[in-house]
Amino acid sequence: MGFQTNFRKVEGLGSSKEGTHHWWLQRLSAIALIPLALLFVYTFLPTLGTGYDTFIATYSSLGNAIIAILFLIVGFFHLRLGMQVVIEDYVHAKFWKVLLIVSNTLFCWGFMIVGVIAIARIAFGIVG
Amino acid sequence: MVELRLPKNSRIKVGKEWPKPNSSGNIKKFKVYRWNPDTGDNPRMDTYYLDVDDCGPMVLDAIIKIKNEIDPTLTFRRSCREGICGSCAMNIDGENTLACIKGMDDIKGDIRIYPLPHMEVVKDLVPDLTHFYAQHASVMPWLSTETQEPGTEWKQSPEDRKKLDGLYECVMCACCSTSCPSYWWNGDRYLGPAALLHAYRWIIDSRDEGTGKRLDELEDPFRLYRCHTILNCSKTCPKGLNPAKAIAEVKKMMVERTI
Repeated sequence: MGFQTNFRKVEGLGSSKEGTHHWWLQRLSAIALIPLALLFVYTFLPTLGTGYDTFIATYSSLGNAIIAILFLIVGFFHLRLGMQVVIEDYVHAKFWKVLLIVSNTLFCWGFMIVGVIAIARIAFGIVG
Repeated sequence: MVELRLPKNSRIKVGKEWPKPNSSGNIKKFKVYRWNPDTGDNPRMDTYYLDVDDCGPMVLDAIIKIKNEIDPTLTFRRSCREGICGSCAMNIDGENTLACIKGMDDIKGDIRIYPLPHMEVVKDLVPDLTHFYAQHASVMPWLSTETQEPGTEWKQSPEDRKKLDGLYECVMCACCSTSCPSYWWNGDRYLGPAALLHAYRWIIDSRDEGTGKRLDELEDPFRLYRCHTILNCSKTCPKGLNPAKAIAEVKKMMVERTI
């Protein structure tokens, strides 16, 4: 393209001087998810197929609710970071890249907040 | 977007089958990627036969023999024939390596030879490494200092010199970078294992005073953080180096300077 030198093509817009924070938080949240995912599955599995009342009873317990809320926060946070990396890897058309990264961010924050509110309502006895 | 199929004009066709030699020796079959920019034809796989008992032991010996005795149009780079210049890097038997140090004994069955993957081809087995070299230049592969240059030399302890082992040996053959899927998808912006190994070689050099500047230049979601520790680079390196470890060390330093 044009008469750009090879060095100019490598230089691009220069170093953005970021990415470390993203990378580091992705590792930390991954480690945090090991115990959180296990605890969540351990507390959630027994409620499967037992109906509304057991479910409400389970999440009326503060411990179970905290585990579920932490799992949702860290899980969606980690999902956002990871999905962004995947999008950056594979989507090169600028329009789609920006659209997907923004959608990913909104989706993850949205579902995280909805989930946290839903469990908090049960835990605080507003529902059930 | 990622393209899952090769573009129409890059799809490989069956090529010419060259005659077998008149000998009762150990005949090996070579399937070699051919592409000529002058004809406009698609790339093709030509088949050659050689009596390997009447040939040097390395794959490079074989393709030199093919060029000398069967088909003088076969185009490839080579120079030192002993693994120090990095010219004859190509994809042999599915793995990027230097043809001059890859023994034919190590390959079972037919010997398939392609140019380095996912690079533009200049001709036959010659890839265009222009961008790759510019990426190397961009990591400032030279000693950067502020202090007044000493009258004699920059001193370095034997322990500090040892830190450069496993790094300085890199011959820039491009086997690692062209084996990396992340480099395939984002090679325009991702520096790739070879350039990053060289960057680390200067970051870790006790005499260098440009460490912060070097890390600043690397800190970028694309330049450095496209590395997802796939480890193809370390697996394929014909010199037995470990570019993935060098990149991991750079990432550790990036975190270290924030905490």
